[in-house]
This record gives sequence, C-alpha cells and structure tokens, in this order.
Amino acid sequence: MPSLGADMDEGTLVEWLKQPGDRIHKGDILAVVETQKGAIEIEVFSDGVLRDCLANPGDRVPVGEVIAMLDSGKASAAPTGNAALAPVADARASLEPLVPGRKVTPAARRLARESGMDISRIVPDGTGVVGLQQVRTHAETTAPPAGPTGRTDLKEMRKAIAAAMARSKREIPHYYVSSDIDVTALMDWLAKENAARSVADRLLYAVPLFGILARTLLETPELNGHYEAGEFSPSQSVHAGIAIAMRGGGLIAPAIRNVAGKSLDELRLSLTDLVGRVRSGRLRSSELSGASVTFSNLGENTADTLMPIIYPPQVAIIGCGQIATRPWVKDGEVQIRQIMSITVAGDHRVSDGRSAARFLSRLEKHLATPEVS
Amino acid sequence: MATGTDTRVHLVREHALELLTQMILIRRFEEKCAELYSAEKIRGFLHLYIGEEANAVGVMQALGPDDAIVATYREHGHALARGLPPGEIMAEMYGKASGSSRGRGGSMHIFDARHRFYGGNAIVGGGLPLAVGLALADKMQSNNRVTCCFFGEGAAAEGEFHESLNLAALWNLPVLFICENNGYAMGTALERSESNPDISRHAEAYSIASEDVDGMNVVDVESAARRAVAAIRAGGGPRFLENKTYRFRAHSMFDAELYRDKAEVEKWKKIGPVVRFTDWLVESGMIHQADIDSIEQDVEQIIDDAVSFAEQAPWEPVEDLTRDVMTPTTHDGALS
Amino acid sequence: MTATRTLTYREAIREALREAMQRDERVFLMGEDVGRYGGAYACSKGLIEEFGEARIRDTPLSESGFTGAGIGAALGGMRPIVEIMTVNFSLLALDQIVNTAATLRHMSGGQFSVPVVIRMATGAGRQLAAQHSHSLECWFAHVPGLRVVAPATVADARGMLWTALQDPDPVIMFEHATLYNDEGEVASEGEVACDLDKAAIRRAGKDVSLITYSGSLKKTLDAAQRLSAEGVDCEVIDLRSLRPLDDATIMSSVNKTTRAVIVDEGWRSGSLAGEISARIQEQAFYSLDAPVERVCSVEVPIPYPSHLEMAATPHAEGIMAAVRKTLRK
Repeated sequence: MPSLGADMDEGTLVEWLKQPGDRIHKGDILAVVETQKGAIEIEVFSDGVLRDCLANPGDRVPVGEVIAMLDSGKASAAPTGNAALAPVADARASLEPLVPGRKVTPAARRLARESGMDISRIVPDGTGVVGLQQVRTHAETTAPPAGPTGRTDLKEMRKAIAAAMARSKREIPHYYVSSDIDVTALMDWLAKENAARSVADRLLYAVPLFGILARTLLETPELNGHYEAGEFSPSQSVHAGIAIAMRGGGLIAPAIRNVAGKSLDELRLSLTDLVGRVRSGRLRSSELSGASVTFSNLGENTADTLMPIIYPPQVAIIGCGQIATRPWVKDGEVQIRQIMSITVAGDHRVSDGRSAARFLSRLEKHLATPEVS
Repeated sequence: MATGTDTRVHLVREHALELLTQMILIRRFEEKCAELYSAEKIRGFLHLYIGEEANAVGVMQALGPDDAIVATYREHGHALARGLPPGEIMAEMYGKASGSSRGRGGSMHIFDARHRFYGGNAIVGGGLPLAVGLALADKMQSNNRVTCCFFGEGAAAEGEFHESLNLAALWNLPVLFICENNGYAMGTALERSESNPDISRHAEAYSIASEDVDGMNVVDVESAARRAVAAIRAGGGPRFLENKTYRFRAHSMFDAELYRDKAEVEKWKKIGPVVRFTDWLVESGMIHQADIDSIEQDVEQIIDDAVSFAEQAPWEPVEDLTRDVMTPTTHDGALS
Repeated sequence: MTATRTLTYREAIREALREAMQRDERVFLMGEDVGRYGGAYACSKGLIEEFGEARIRDTPLSESGFTGAGIGAALGGMRPIVEIMTVNFSLLALDQIVNTAATLRHMSGGQFSVPVVIRMATGAGRQLAAQHSHSLECWFAHVPGLRVVAPATVADARGMLWTALQDPDPVIMFEHATLYNDEGEVASEGEVACDLDKAAIRRAGKDVSLITYSGSLKKTLDAAQRLSAEGVDCEVIDLRSLRPLDDATIMSSVNKTTRAVIVDEGWRSGSLAGEISARIQEQAFYSLDAPVERVCSVEVPIPYPSHLEMAATPHAEGIMAAVRKTLRK
C-alpha cells in the first residue's frame, strides 16, 4: 500500500484492475484505493507478471503493507490435464485476438452498454476475458453503495479537499503567470458552429476552450503530470480535472480522460454528464483521481482573473477568467475585442515561469485559429 | 395413334401424312431453336434431334396416352411427338413461366404430367432407373401400362444402364428400352468406348429380348415398337430396341465437331428420315409435292405461333424463387 | 402420462415398417438383403413371410439402380421405402438422390412430387474401419429438395417412419448403427407417429446448450450427467431434423444459456456443426458469452482399433472439455 499523501495512514482497497497471471507494464494501473481524499489509482513502476493479489476489495490496509506480488521475467506454466481420451490438440486454440487488448464477449458488451458501464473499467476473469459474470460483478462492486464513495460523502470529501488545499499551499512552491488573450476568433467560430447545430447540441465556449487548452498542454509536458516522492512523472495524455461547483458550496475537480483526443461532441457530452453527476453526487471513485492537470473556468459574469491552487500531486492548474469586451489594439488600431485572462499556476519544483509563458504564448496562437486547433 | 396390341403399321395415306407431319414439325422446330439460340433467346445447352426424328415419331405411335415416357436432354422431338404443346416447349426453352416446366428446367428438362412425360434428364443413364421404378409401380399396382425409356448409346457404359436392365429383367417389368444409337457419345465414337459396340447384345446379356432397327426408317421404327409394346403388354417383361440413327448436327450448339468427318455427315443426310420417307411416299404415289408444301406451311404456322407464345409469355417473378423445392401441403415456401 | 412399453430401436423400426405396410398397401420395402436375410440389421426380420416378396423386395447390389427405381416407383404412385444398407454405399446412389429425387419437383416446375423414403444406417463405433464408418448426413442436409431426419431415440425410430411416408417429398432417414440394440420407451396406445420438423430438448438446463443428433445423443447426455456433478447444468438438444434445422429451438436455448457446444460425428471441416455454428452466430450473436464450440470427428479416416476409433469420434470427455472451455473453467 503506497503512501499517496503525507497524511495518509491507510487505504481501503476498492477494486483490482489486474488479475494474477496478467502481464503488467510500467505505468499500468494495478488497483483503486480509497483514501480521505477520494479514490486513487495505484500505478505500477515495473514490467512483469502479477503473481498474487494479497488484499481483497473492502480491506483496510496500512501504508507500507504488501498488497500484491509481481514477478518480473518468468511466465508461469499452465497446468495440463491428461485424461485418457483428451481431445486432440487444437491448433486454433491459442490464437491471440488480432486487436491487442481485452477480450469481451458479445453478451457482456451488450449488458455493459445497457447498464451504462465503461467496459474498460471491468476486471477480466482468469483467462483474460470479460464475460457476463465479470460485468455483473462489476455492477455489484461499483454501484453507488451507502459506503465511502456514495453521495452522502461529498461533505466528507469537501473536508478532505479543504485539508488538501491547505497542505498544497503550504508544500507546493506556486508560481503564477498570466496573460490576457484575445478570444474573439474563438467566439466568432463558436457562433458559426452553433448556428449549424440544433439547440440541444450547441456548445458552451468551455468545450472548445478545454480542448484547445489540452492540446496546447501536450506541447508543454512539464505542466501535465504528477509529482510524487521527489520525482515528476509526465502524463502521456491530458486527463483534465474540471473544477465544478458543488451544491452547498465548495469545488470538486473530477477528471475527464484524454481531453486532447476527444471530439467536440464527445467533450460536450462528457462535460454535461460530469456536471450532472456532481450535482446529484453520483461520481465514480476512479474519477476523483487520475487527473494530470486541472482546468478552473470561472465562466460568465464572474471576475477577470483567478490565482488557483494546484491539486497535488498535479503540477499545474489553469485558471480562466470571464470573457470581457474591451478596447484592444489589433492591426495597429483600437478595436472592441473579447478578452479572457488566463493564469497558469505551476509547481516550481517541476517548472518555472518560462514554461508557463511558453504555454500561454502557444495558447494564444491556437485560440486565434480555433478551426484548426 | 393406334395402340393396344396392334403390331402392324397401317401405312395408309392418312397415317403416312401423320408420320411425315410429325417428323417435319420436329425438323423445323429444331432448326428454329438453332436460330433462336444464335439470337440468344435460348441459352445454356441446346441438343438438337435433327436426323433422329424417325425414332421418336415411330415409337410414339406404339404407345398410349397412359403409358409413360422417360427421355434425355435431347428430348424436344420426343416431347413434340408425344403431343406436348409446341408453344409450351418453346416457352420452356426461353425460360418463361408458361413453359412446360414453368421455365425452371430449360431445354434439358421438359416435363409434362398430363402426358406422363418424365423429362428431360441431363445425366446420361440417369433416366433408366427412373423408368424401371415407374414400371415397377405399374406392375405392383397392376396397371397395364408401359414405360418407354429413350437413351443414347453412350448410356451403355454407365453402371446405371446395367443395373436398370438387370432389375427390369429380374422383376419382369414393363419397360421398353429404346437405345438411339447415333454413333457418338458427345465426341466419342462408339467403337472407342465400348468393348462390344453391339448394344443389343448387352441387353441380351440380361435376358432381355432385343432387336436392331433402322432408326432412319420411320416405318421400321414404328413396326418394331409396336411388336415390342405388344410383347410387353402381354406380360413378356422388358424389351430392347437398338435404333441405328445419326444426328446431323453437333452434339450441342457448343460443338466444333472435330471428331467426325463432314463426308460422313453428308452420307447420312442422304438417307435421312425425312428425305427418305418423302421420296418413298412420292415415288409410291401416296402423296404429292402439294401435300409436302401444305405440311411445311402448317408447320411453319405452328412454329411461328409457338415462338410468339414464347416471346409474349411472362417471366417468373424473382420473389417466387424458392417455390417448388418442397411440396406446399406440408411445408411453407421457406426452407431450412 | 400414457402407458409405455419398452422396445429396442431395431424392434421399433420393424414395428414401424410393419405398421406402414399394413396401413397403406402402396408401401413396400426394397433394398439389399431386406427379404430373405431379414435385413442387414435385422430390422425387417419376419416381414417377408408376412407381406411377400413383392412388398419386401430383395434387390441386387445396384444402389444407383434400385434407388432410382424407388424414386420412379414413388413417382408412379407407390410409397416405397428404399433401404440402402449404409450411408457408405449411398455414395453410389448419390446421383439418383441428388440429381433426380431432390430436383424433380423443381425441374418440372412443380408438376411432380417424389414421396420416397430412403433409410440408411450410418456412423462409426463398431470397428468397421474407414469405408464402413462414415457420417455423411451433412452432405444430404446440404441439398434443397430433400428432407433429412435422424431418429436418435426409440420413440422417434418408431414414430418418424409413418410421418415420413406421408410426406410428399423425399425423406432420408439416418439410423445410427450403434443404436439398434438400445432400449427405450414407446407409447402403448394411440398414434405413435411423430413430427419430423422439431428438435427436442432431451435435458433442460441453464448453463450451456449442447446441440447434437443421432448416435452422439447418448454420449452428450452422458457428458451432461457427469458435468452436473461439477455444478454445470447442461441443456441437451436432439436435432431430430437435419434438414430443415429447427432454428427456433436452437436459438431459444442459446439465448437462455449464452453458450453452445455442438456435437457432430461428421468430420469438423464442412460439418453440419459448422452450419449450426454459423446460424447461431447470425441469429444469437449478442447472447453469446463464449465462442461456439464444436466436438466433431478428427480429420482422419475412421481407424479400425477401438482406442483410435474412440479417440477419432466424439466422446464424453471431449464434450465435457468443450463445455468447460465455454465456461472458461
């Protein structure tokens, strides 16, 4: 059980994402563990084969205790049966699926789709297959229980987040860099885009904005990842925590995975879905961890600038102020333009002002060409 | 057509004209088919009976409407001689729904239940067991009927030929086997495929009385057929006729005839059934050129009508594709 | 439940033959050694004394000839039962069966029906080696124009023949050679004739659908019994009709169990099991929780020694292994 924060004494195992016998690669997520802060995914740092899982879902395990054994190197031999009339060896039996990744049976896929489950989160069986049984098991173990990850615990969660924010400000050397950026092109493009859409499908400006933020972040990896145990691990994708206001006050920042790779509509749907579930307290434990960066967007009729606080173990947070109509110099003359103030807060242990400045400069260029960004 | 046990050919003018008309009808019908095939109205395989008309015409004279006929893929002449409507035969060749087999069979599969005409078979020798079975049914049900089975001499090599002759003789069945020996099984001359090219000897090996007949002489054919049928009806068991004949055209339309001499063909044409019969009848004064002209005119009209009928006949709708695979009384149209 | 009596499969066939001959004078039996010899499998023993030589008709060794004759006789108004000693010899009669019996109705545009019943013994299991052990049911099940049935129980052996004789179309009836001595129950009273169209659920279950026919039914039921001790509840379907296949019963079962294992004594390649597997994939794909498994004969001509013959053909251990595979156990 790793230490995922200075004040973490123990964690509760929620689910295993790998099974004994699975081949493990560095960076794979091994399990999900519940802490005061919310659910955290446990990452593995070496290649090998998972030999044993030593904790069961629901177990509270102190930090430092062994929860799994990993073999690096050898594969284990499969047991062979030798009935007197064993069927003749079947050449086709050991073919791997053409598409690497998990095997999911049609029945399982259908049940998961009908239940609104994410297939990629379901733990396969001992043979590496996600079948009906696995889907049903997953439904049982991840249904919103009355326990630690239910809606009744948002209050607890807020307390934990408050504590985390305080610690963050204490421990992380924040630096701030901001720019006022002309987003008129973005808004013009958005107006055109929305004119062609039905009312139900119209985009709020946050949607293209987040997409462009994420793709720009890919160019500045030192702002996207985790800092833990003195080491920075950049993230391959941008899993953006979206700061959302909770009923009763407070902010929570559940993650949308791979924002840079999503289409506008996928992003729109993810955002709407997330906001809806925050309001009704139906977040999945795995969404409360796993963000590699956070976007905090004040929205309309708010304020110009914000100086946000980084959510550890992330190393940056991007704050977006309201869009204000202002006089602006463009092409040598004063024009009325729409301006947004964007602030990058960075962890000075990992990056410095120049990273943030580079990011903002590129961001400005991308925002000026929203149709290709 | 006279039936029963009458073994003599009554060659009076009326009968002569009947024989001649039928032969000319077959001859012109087949010629028209060749023309229509070249015009792509008839497709697939087309096997013409030109030169062999005397066999079908002569034998049919000996059979009654209750008797059964099994023939081969070269069966247009047999169908016409049997009395199947020429329009339906033509429509069948076109593949139209008004054809004898509703267009489903084409040239090689003419069937007509009304005339007890059981095809129309494309497997050489395949019709012989069928004929044996029909005769077996008649015998077991005490129907006084004859099953007449036409086949080419090529069938003599097939196992089914031997099995069928054996069964017919063994069970004393009322089958009339007519071997139309035209000397060639497609492109293979008889001498090259039979250790004993004397086909009637094969029949005798199974204790079936057989006779060699001049297949180019319609009177001889009718005479031999009448005698054979009479013997069968009298309970004498199967009979076998080997009719020596010749086809003037190729095996089918797709045949370059590399296997025989043009000279040989010409030789046979000179003693062809129509020309010989016509000459003999005119010589004997039984008919005159005017009769022939009149026949040709009538035949031309019949064939024109047949072609019209076929041209105007409808195509079967594709939706009916799976019809008549199984009998509707116990199964619905969809199968398996 | 009606009162029942116990018969062997052979006795059931004989009874069915006798009943048919008595009920309909058009019915007659023809084939090699059906008369004086009493039948190669003793199915027609005693019948020639009762019905005479014309109706229990011994034929020469002329499969093509007498099968064609049977077809012709059916065409001519009789209701013949052609007995081809085994499916191995039917190859000689395939021309008549496929090119005449199956096609006559269609080629003639619907003018003729061929109400012939062709019975054949089939299958391996008695150490008769390669030329006497074929299971070629799938070849016949392939051909439109034929009905193909495989009675696997004594009741079906007793009841299918009469229905087959009433059918206006050719019916090929396969009797697995290892079944003749088996005993089973037949109703004591009332009409015993049964349908030819529907598959039968011989054992209801919820975990996996075992689909089979003919001589493999016993082995499949045996495997199901043994698997129940492992906590696996198998549903066993006896196809009974191989053409047409009863898709409705098959799919209803697979939709319920989500797993299918087909047991077919034909060789795997081009087997009836392959056809059924394709249909399951077409009609029940989204219900499947595992790939469809097939237990078929191994790709080898059937060998003579017992241990090899058994290994070459479906057996209970192989069926059980296939079931476990679908359960991923």
